Amino acid sequence: MMKSIGLQRLAGLALAVMIAGAPISALAQNATAAPANAAAPANAAAAPANATTAAPAAATAAPAATPAPKIDTGDTAWMLTSSVLVLMMTIPGLALFYAGMVRKKNILATLAQSFAATALITVLWMIAGYSLAFTGSGAYIGDMKYLLLGPMGLNATSSLAPTIPESVYMMFQMTFAIITPALIAGALADRMKFSAFMIFMGAWLILVYCPIAHWVWGGGWLGTMGALDYAGGTVVHLNAGTAGLVTALMLGKRKGLGTENMAPHNLAYSVIGASLLWVGWFGFNAGSAVTSNVNAGMAMAATQIATAGATLAWMGAEWISHGKPSVLGMVSGAVAGLVAITPASGFVNAQGALVIGLAAGVVCYFSAVHVKKMIGYDDALDCWGVHGVGGALGAILTGALAVKAINPTGAPKGGWLYDGNFGQMWLQFVDVAATFVYCGIMTFIILAVLKYTIGIRVSEEVEVEGLDINLHGEVVQA
Amino acid sequence: MKMIIAIVKPFKLDEVREALVGAGVEGLTISEVKGYGRQKGQTEIYRGAEYQVNFVPKVKLEAVVDDASVAKAVEAIKTAAATGKIGDGKIFVVEVTDAVRIRTGETGSAAI
Repeated sequence: MMKSIGLQRLAGLALAVMIAGAPISALAQNATAAPANAAAPANAAAAPANATTAAPAAATAAPAATPAPKIDTGDTAWMLTSSVLVLMMTIPGLALFYAGMVRKKNILATLAQSFAATALITVLWMIAGYSLAFTGSGAYIGDMKYLLLGPMGLNATSSLAPTIPESVYMMFQMTFAIITPALIAGALADRMKFSAFMIFMGAWLILVYCPIAHWVWGGGWLGTMGALDYAGGTVVHLNAGTAGLVTALMLGKRKGLGTENMAPHNLAYSVIGASLLWVGWFGFNAGSAVTSNVNAGMAMAATQIATAGATLAWMGAEWISHGKPSVLGMVSGAVAGLVAITPASGFVNAQGALVIGLAAGVVCYFSAVHVKKMIGYDDALDCWGVHGVGGALGAILTGALAVKAINPTGAPKGGWLYDGNFGQMWLQFVDVAATFVYCGIMTFIILAVLKYTIGIRVSEEVEVEGLDINLHGEVVQA
Repeated sequence: MKMIIAIVKPFKLDEVREALVGAGVEGLTISEVKGYGRQKGQTEIYRGAEYQVNFVPKVKLEAVVDDASVAKAVEAIKTAAATGKIGDGKIFVVEVTDAVRIRTGETGSAAI
């Protein structure tokens, strides 16, 4: 009898989705007919100086009013590759990185968080996320003209990336939108309900990620103001880190923290995950050049140098303070370096990159290991300690170490130490503060609503017995 | 008949097995266990979270032998498993009332 009720519910849901889908796709068809140039933000800071407005995106063969920008095969090939690399960062990079650090009874649930978030964010991005973040000319949010990607025709390009197809740009940005909320799973590990998690992921994407991405990259006020964030030090890492901190505080500490053995079940997975993150990150940073050119090359070099520096710095700090350099520390150092170089990667030279890496390794070591213990919040997998702190650190250092000669289009005034532009430090600070405040407040609101409706934390029994068996009905066999 | 139960260091397993074969012991059961005696565990540390691990991994061997072979078998285990360092393990000898070979139905010493 239980089975037939479940089938009825499923059939009803399927019918409802199909009925709802009809008017929504009709809306998307109407959006296609909207004026072709309506979606081009004129003041995107990241756009190259010679950007032309987006080609008409009509699905029908209407003749173009302005000459279509030339799609560059080199740029497109690189951006296709970058998208794939960044997707790999989440699945399986981040998935394994986190899963290896939890206890055996929660491995599958932790993997599921990254995997399911990937699927959910993809669909939501397609429906509304891309539109809200990267179209329109609002200072704070885009518009809904790209609902269901209606206007995205075969030959369309975005003014933010005029030499690659818009489908590729949309996809590239999608992979960023996927990993940012997925990172938050690090703070909520071992104790969040899967249903609440999924709703949280979707709501956070639309209400937090899309606005902030729009502010910095989509033509919004932070980018226009001149804040520098090449690949997401604030948009991705400080953002996710702040949300992680709020989530950890709202969920509360794991039962048994401090007394029970919560040792990582299999750090080999974490090393594999971290390695995939490192390799994939070249798509993240060098791909943020949105072209296949000198900026991409410099960003790749900066990324590698910073990451290696941070690995050594964390290793050294740990060796000195604990007597042994741990493998978990090594890979955490690498991730800290990757995070910190993210906002700076397209603006710094090799020396700046090394400084950022070394600083990140030491600072994030202190925040994840010592500060966390001192304050006592249960940021289980150091989402705030590494991504939040590392992202903020990198963003500030970007202001100090940006070099105008490295990226004259993207950073026309340069940074403090190399170009004497002290004002950049202030702009970076505003970016950091705005991200922290907005994300903190909105994350709190979303979680409060969930907490007082469906509840966000699993029951004590479920937490003790394990998430895998209780939330997913599966275990990793002995 | 007696059952010899030996707790030894895991890396000594092969050496002990060979020594028992040399002593005429033809059957053996092993299990991976954890335990402590005078040897204390290690401290594990993961990004600042410290765990004192009290139990040390060991291997437990169980072999049932004729009364006549007990001394030789115990000596074989003792020699092969020893390193001279703390944590080498222990050997226990317990009385066995009966044994049965499932395939043939033989009992007693014929079943060993």
